Amino acid sequence: MIEVKGLVKTYGAKRAVDGVTFSVRRGDILGFLGPNGAGKSTTMKMITGFLRPTAGTAVVGGHDVTADPVAVKRKIGYLPESAPAYGEMTVEEFLFFIAECRGFKGPDAKRAAAERAIQLTHLVPVRRQTIETLSKGYKQRVGFAQAMLHDPPILVLDEPTDGLDPNQKNEVRSLIKGMAVEKAVILSTHILEEVEAICNRVIIISQGRVVADETPEQLRARQPGARLDEIFRTLTLSDV
Amino acid sequence: MITPVFKREFLGYFRSPVAYVFLIAFLVISVALAFSRYGGFYRANLASLDAYFQFYPWLFLFLVPAAGMRLWSEEKRSGTVELLFTLPITTLEAVLGKFLAAWAFLTLGILLSFPMVLTVAYLGDPDWGVLIATYFGAILMAGGYLGVCSLMSALTKNQVISFVLSLVACAVLVFLGLSGFTDTLAAVFPVSVADAVSNFSFMTHFDSFTKGIVDPKDVVFFLSLMGFTLFLNVVVLER
Ligand SMILES: Nc1ncnc2c1ncn2[C@@H]1O[C@H](COP(=O)(O)OP(=O)(O)OP(=O)(O)O)[C@@H](O)[C@H]1O
Ligand SMILES: [Mg+2]
Repeated sequence: MIEVKGLVKTYGAKRAVDGVTFSVRRGDILGFLGPNGAGKSTTMKMITGFLRPTAGTAVVGGHDVTADPVAVKRKIGYLPESAPAYGEMTVEEFLFFIAECRGFKGPDAKRAAAERAIQLTHLVPVRRQTIETLSKGYKQRVGFAQAMLHDPPILVLDEPTDGLDPNQKNEVRSLIKGMAVEKAVILSTHILEEVEAICNRVIIISQGRVVADETPEQLRARQPGARLDEIFRTLTLSDV
Repeated sequence: MITPVFKREFLGYFRSPVAYVFLIAFLVISVALAFSRYGGFYRANLASLDAYFQFYPWLFLFLVPAAGMRLWSEEKRSGTVELLFTLPITTLEAVLGKFLAAWAFLTLGILLSFPMVLTVAYLGDPDWGVLIATYFGAILMAGGYLGVCSLMSALTKNQVISFVLSLVACAVLVFLGLSGFTDTLAAVFPVSVADAVSNFSFMTHFDSFTKGIVDPKDVVFFLSLMGFTLFLNVVVLER
């Protein structure tokens, strides 16, 4: 459902993303790993059509992002890093706004979509609170609610469990896992256990390049007996 | 898909104190200027709002940048641009939705001056044609200023820079039509050049409205200024 073909993004002389290629099928949960500044967020921003690639492209659900970004955006639910949202709105107002932008017709359909997202992400107690007054974890949940509001076939989640408490982390993980059967999911994370817990594929990128693209088992098998973070370290040594 | 953006932006003014501070400041300053010795609303002893509207180009110079500076700067600073531009909305729709919301807000501010109209109507017998033309011109002019401000705010994530850039750009568009400036210009260049330059000024085009003349030339000027700045606005955001 997602075909990423030779994505490149340069900032001045710096190559933030340097020819990233991979594909994700329906039912896949792809864990996107890499050290800080490796280019994970930048790659996701290009897949979702926010940034224009310097070279290469991504085909999402049959649409090329560089040619038809709006069609791609319709298919994707995207949680940007640090979950930006309009702080002066309440949770309900914000999700209602997202439902409107996502093309739900009629007040009932919009309210139902917002309501479903509120229930799934346990936002009921704060639904009438303005987003700027929420704690970090709740803000993160609002971002997650916003991403899955229209039940998209493709989810792109930039550090979805960042800032959540352990219970919520598990909750979000099982939510993603439960939805993934009929979806394609890309999620970035710094928690290696998270990858083992829910992902069926791992991509490690380092300095804008893919250095590993395999199953979590294959990743483990690279150095039998070693801890995951040691394997991660070996693969990304050039980046330190 | 313009509607949700428009609604969010317009109501956004009222979700913070911005709307109230702005509307009150706008009315207090505009009315105070009209009644001041520079405005001469009383002395003129005429049933007209010339004394009130003559300051609009100057007032807008500060107030429209104040209302427009957050349009894009705030989205960039808080990271919500990333959210907005990964929703299935085109850049043009987003630009138009936001612009129209801010314009509607400014229009509201302008129309809130209706107690001045009531006063004049009570005290005398104003020329309603002139009044309506002036309001129409003021609203159009606000749109012209706002187009410039929206463009400037797309250039930076800093609202202060956005405000100052807007102020400078609008000031240039006001000064081009000031008689002192055009006279100097006419002394150096042929009169046709001076005329052409002053033709780009807000002042020149607003004047005829206040005399009750709705000249298509003036309407086209403001509309094309809006079209041009909003086009650049889209280009800047898609860069
Ligand atoms: N607007 C920009 N201008 C210049 N450089 C940028 C810009 N945005 C990102 N970069 C650079 O691109 C590189 C990749 O950044 P990116 O945010 O994709 O990293 P990341 O893998 O998501 O890191 P993290 O784990 O910290 O979130 C970094 O070196 C960053 O400094
Ligand atoms: Mg990142």
